[in-house]
This record gives sequence, structure tokens and C-alpha cells, in this order.
Amino acid sequence: MKQLMSGNEAFARGLYEAGCCYVSSYPGTPSTEITEQAARYPEMYAEWAPNEKVALESCFGASLGGRRAFCGMKHVGLNVAADPLFTLSYTGISAGVVIAVADDPGMHSSQNEQDSRWYARASKLPMLEPSDSLEAKEFTKLAFELSETFDTPVLIRICMRVAHSKSLVETGDRREPERRPYAKDPSKYVMMPGFAIRRHPIVEKRQADLAEYAETSPLNQIEDGRDHSRGILTAATSYQYVKEALGDRYPVLKLGMTHPVPAQMIRNFAAEVGELVVVEELDPILENECRTLGLSVRGKDLFSCLGELSPNIIREKLGDGAPSCTALEQALPGRPPVLCPGCPHRGLFYTLKRNRLTVFGDIGCYTLGATAPLSAMDTTLCMGASISGLHGYLKTAGPEAASRTVAVIGDSTFLHSGVTGLINVAYNESPATVIILDNSITGMTGHQQNPATGYNLKGDPCTKIDLEALCRAAGIRRVRVVDPYDLEECDRAVKEELAAAEPSVIISRRPCALLKYVKHAAPLAVDTDSCVGCRSCMQIGCPALSFEDGHAVVDSGQCVGCGVCSQLCYFGALS
Amino acid sequence: MEPLKIMIVGVGGQGTLLASKLLGRLYMNRGCDIKVSEVHGMSQRGGSVVTHVSCGDRVCSPIVDRGEADFILSFEMLEAARWVPYLRTGGLILTNTRQISPMPVITGAADYPSGLADRIRELGLKLDAFDALTPALESGSARAVNLVLLGRFSRYLDFSEEEWQEAIRACVPAGYLEMNLTAWQKGRSE
Repeated sequence: MKQLMSGNEAFARGLYEAGCCYVSSYPGTPSTEITEQAARYPEMYAEWAPNEKVALESCFGASLGGRRAFCGMKHVGLNVAADPLFTLSYTGISAGVVIAVADDPGMHSSQNEQDSRWYARASKLPMLEPSDSLEAKEFTKLAFELSETFDTPVLIRICMRVAHSKSLVETGDRREPERRPYAKDPSKYVMMPGFAIRRHPIVEKRQADLAEYAETSPLNQIEDGRDHSRGILTAATSYQYVKEALGDRYPVLKLGMTHPVPAQMIRNFAAEVGELVVVEELDPILENECRTLGLSVRGKDLFSCLGELSPNIIREKLGDGAPSCTALEQALPGRPPVLCPGCPHRGLFYTLKRNRLTVFGDIGCYTLGATAPLSAMDTTLCMGASISGLHGYLKTAGPEAASRTVAVIGDSTFLHSGVTGLINVAYNESPATVIILDNSITGMTGHQQNPATGYNLKGDPCTKIDLEALCRAAGIRRVRVVDPYDLEECDRAVKEELAAAEPSVIISRRPCALLKYVKHAAPLAVDTDSCVGCRSCMQIGCPALSFEDGHAVVDSGQCVGCGVCSQLCYFGALS
Repeated sequence: MEPLKIMIVGVGGQGTLLASKLLGRLYMNRGCDIKVSEVHGMSQRGGSVVTHVSCGDRVCSPIVDRGEADFILSFEMLEAARWVPYLRTGGLILTNTRQISPMPVITGAADYPSGLADRIRELGLKLDAFDALTPALESGSARAVNLVLLGRFSRYLDFSEEEWQEAIRACVPAGYLEMNLTAWQKGRSE
């Protein structure tokens, strides 16, 4: 029976049908649901790892243990996992290993727009690119076959429009291969120079073999068109946009395997058409492949390397133009994402703003603390960079900096890669004040468990890491916990720790207001007689608060009664 | 079937994803090809959100582009205005008249535009604007706005009441079924 599945659900179904037994990932939009969905199949072991590097390394072990293994991540997660990735290319695998990397053209939920196809080339690994949910499932199954046939991990690149788009999928049965017995082979698995140098030629030979496979692989297909004056080389969602915009007007070579590319197939295709045009999102990677083959090709002279493509962009460049449309003349106010009503981060960010601090920020929901009216963040670079950035800053910014600069980092991000920065703070002695925003969940990606929550991916209770003890063990003597709903307590703690001459950690602890187990207080109400319209409460940017007819208004449908706004009211009008 | 493109727009947290799930179910049951594109992650946190639903004999693009939407189903007035360019010539906007202030309005950096419904009509566009919140509250919860809107929307689509009810039963948790069925009926008869 056909089912309507997102690309990520279909990917998980592909893992199930392929007999995958081990899934380890770190959440990251738009990849997260692959692993969440995989966890719903009892036949597959699935876990959240503390970061992508740990996840991928554990897949290496699971493969040696004899079972098919999978690891999924967002594009920037592959930066974290790049270290094992490049050498896994040398060792190869035992049972199949498939790695999903989810790119985010248009940056719907990411800090950059990097193109993961470079990684396939740099690490010399095969890469498949499905263009919809059915392909996400089928390519996953085929990827495990390729992995074992060619003794290589296989990368599958999806983008947000495949991951989070639903289309129809025909499901199949699970087929679980026999466990591959472990065989000791240091020349393959111990990558010291003497052994690794003998693996490199094997990697090059494998690339050549895969390139030959690509020529006849069912992954790469030519669809004929009516007009041969132009031919289009494309892949992934760009293929879907081309078909939507142009139908069968021009012949299309659709690559399901984008590394290595089928050189002869591309040459033959180019010879059959007038102008060869590459339609691809982000960087000119397939275009460069064509140029390397000595072909005359158009691509990024027509299509930008910024953001997403769309059917209209293709209609404008290669078709009959985009359909007409209309808009209001007046500019409309934007609606940026905001911290939720009752968000525990709000009180803490208000404290930082009030003290006019410089804030090294990090990756998570709390990055929204950078937006108006809180505007309490100065930097966001990558996972964990808040603490290490602050450390470097304090070494160069002069003696006053320590008393007016902090780092903020979420619980999950701290365990992902912040703890190494904290060790550096203690070891190399900077008087850093680090604030761990412990909302007891990985929030932005949609509530995933992590080592600090006490629950695993399957929702079962498990060992809960003690953040206070971890910080102390790293060498931090000043560790304290505050409730971010208590503005006075937050202010006192921040002032005291900034004044201390040694490094300190403040754990701002309260569970995310969206967690099901969190009980909300009654919504607040405004006493309009007491409210003088000073707008003091509006400084915290709560979406449940607005201002009408000269006084504050609480939206009782949104307010969860956290009481942070009432602490800002000098007139007792909010209660 | 004739290809049909629908955009569902609103504010993160308003329940737009359930609406697209339900429409997807309806068209899947009809044997159509269908694609539904959603946005997850950061933009869900109270930001402007959009879901694309496309169906037909063969659907390629998961997204609906400018000038393509047959219908825009909007949960909020400002969002209806924002996505006007996506409506095709002759298309229809069905919107809740409820206003939710975005952060620039809350902070005083901008005003919530007035008279949006009239301005949309002045462009010569078809607009069906109504208060979906009151019937939702009468059904038991503000969260039922999505079913009220779908009930109203059902008057423009060629599905029987039984087909709608099957889709609602399939997509809504059992504990909330009665409330959602009531909300849908209110929307359909409003």
C-alpha cells in the first residue's frame, strides 16, 4: 500500500527494509526525523550520540561488529564528523555503512549554506542524491549494497526539500543480512602510516571502479525531450523543479549518483544536445565536472549559487517566463521566529541585556536571544564555539573584558562540543563566566533527549550526566545553579561570577516550556487601572504580551504564567 | 485530475501541519499523486510558516511558486497578505481574520497594517475572510482553528462529508476527535 511519507520517514523505512541494525546520530535540522523514525522500528537499535563524530565512529564499530550501520546529520554536522569520515574512506567497512547528510539551501534552520557534495570529492566517497521520498527509501537500500560491494561508506545527500517534503512511497519487507563475523586485519583497520600508505591506492582504485559502475547504474537516467537544442544535466530537487517548469521539453540527464559522475554518459548526452545546461543548487560542482571533461557548459552564469532554486527561476531562464502575480504595495512587517512564551531563556537574556554584557553565543533555540528586543548576543559561529571564543577573547581584549563578557550555551550543545572548550578555560586559566542554559532537552530540533536529560532516544530512563560535577571535574571550582524565572537571582549570580577572578559556570536550569510534563501556571492578567503604559514589560519580547490603547495586554491563549514580565512591572499591574 | 496547488500559511504553532496532513490524506485516498512540503526547525518558533500541498496525475515540484497557488488557506490576516504574490490569477484566499502581532509590532518598531482585507480585495483578488477563532473556542479550544478553516475550505473542494470525516479520523488523536469534528462542522456551515 502506498503511504504519504516525508523524505526522512522514507529514509528510515529504507534503513528498516535494508536490514540496518544500528543507528547513531546527533539531531540537526533537516536530518533529525530520519533517526527519530528509525527508533520506531523495534528491529533497529537507535541512539542519540553526543555529537556527529562519536556517532560516525560508533558506526565504524557497529560495522566491524558485523551489522549494517547508519549515521545521519545536518551539513554542518559532517564538519564535526569529518575526521573519522576521511579515514573511514581508507579502512572501508565490514557490514555496510551509510551516512546521510542533509543540506539546507536557503538556510531555513542553519548558520551557513555549505554544499556537502564537496565532502564526497574530498573524502573520495560515493554520494547518492534522491529527489523525493520514494527515491530516499530505494537509494538507501541500494547504498548498503554499494557499501558492501565496493567496501566503502556511502554518503547520501538530501536537502531540506527532500527531507521535509512528503510524497507517496510503496513499502517493502525487511531483509536482514547475516552478521559478518569480525576478522582481525590491522593492515585494513589500523591506519598508522605504514598501513595507511597501502590503503591509499585501494581508495583510488575504488573511485575508478565506482566511476565505471556509474556509467551503467540505474541511479543515472536519461529522459528524452522534444527539443534537442538544449540538454539539462541535473540531480535531486533541482530535477523536480526542471520537470515541473519544463515538462518533457528538453532531454534531461538525471544523476542519482553525483560522485563519481558517469563521464562517458555525460559526454554522450552532451553530444546529442545543442547547449548543455547544468541545473544545480549551491555550488557549481556538476558544472565543474563537465568542464573537467572538456565540455562547453552553462550553469552558474544562469543560476545563482545563493539559496534555493524554484520552478519559476527555471521558467525564467530556460522556459517561457514565470506566471504573473500581484502584491500589496505597502511593505508588511516581518514575522521572525521568537522565543516562545514561558521560554526559560528569556529571563536570562534579559539579565545579560540589562547588564550590557558582551555575549558569546552558540547554536540552539537560544540563538534567538540575538533578536530584538533582547538583542543579547554578539557572536554565533558553530556548536561549542561560545566557550572557546570567550576564552580567546579574554586573552586579548584587555583586563576589563572579563567583568563584562560571558558565554551562553545550551545543555545539549555543551555536551556536544562545549565541554572541551570549558576544559581549555580551566587548563589555560581564563577568568571566563560560562552560562549553561539547561532546558533539559535538545530544543530547536524538536525535543530530542540528550545525555543531560536522563532519557534515551527510545524514551527509556538512562544514566543522567551531572552537569555540575562534570564542570567541577573539568577544573571549574565556582559552579552554581539559578532559576531563570527569578530575575533577581539571575542578576545577582551574573554580577558575582563576573566579579570573580577565576572561571565560573552558572547553570540556568528550567525545562523548556513546551515539554509535555511541564505544568503551566494560570495566565497573567493586566490590571488596566494600575498599568501606566510604561512599556517596561515589553522589553523581554514575549509574544504573549502586546500593547493596545495605552496599556499592556496579555494573550491568555499564549501566556503560560511564567511571571517574568510581572517582575519588570513597577506598578504591580501584571499578576 | 486537474493539478491543484494549495498553500497553507500562518504563524508557527497554529496547527498548519495538521491541516496539510489532512489535505494530503484526502487526495491520497482519491488516488492522486501528491507532494506536501513543510518547514521545521527555527522558523517554527512563532515565525511565519508555510506548507505547500500539490496534487495531480503527476506532481514534480514539492513547492508552490509565485503565481501558482489555486488556494491560499491562511490562519492569520497579515500572513494572508504576505503570501498574496503566490496566488495564481483567479485563485482564492481563504483566511481567518484573527490578528497576531509579530515581534516588530510588539516592540513598537512597526504597526500592524490596518484594512488588509479591503486592500487584498482592491487588487481584484478573491478573498473569503472570516473569524475562525470564535467557532474554534465554541468547539472547545483555540487550537481547533485549523479544523474550522478546513471546514470552510471544504465548501470549495469536491469531497463528500464522509471523505472528510475519514481523513479527520485518520489524522487527529482519538481524544480530540469529537472537538475537531465539531470544529470542522462549524467551519463548513459558517
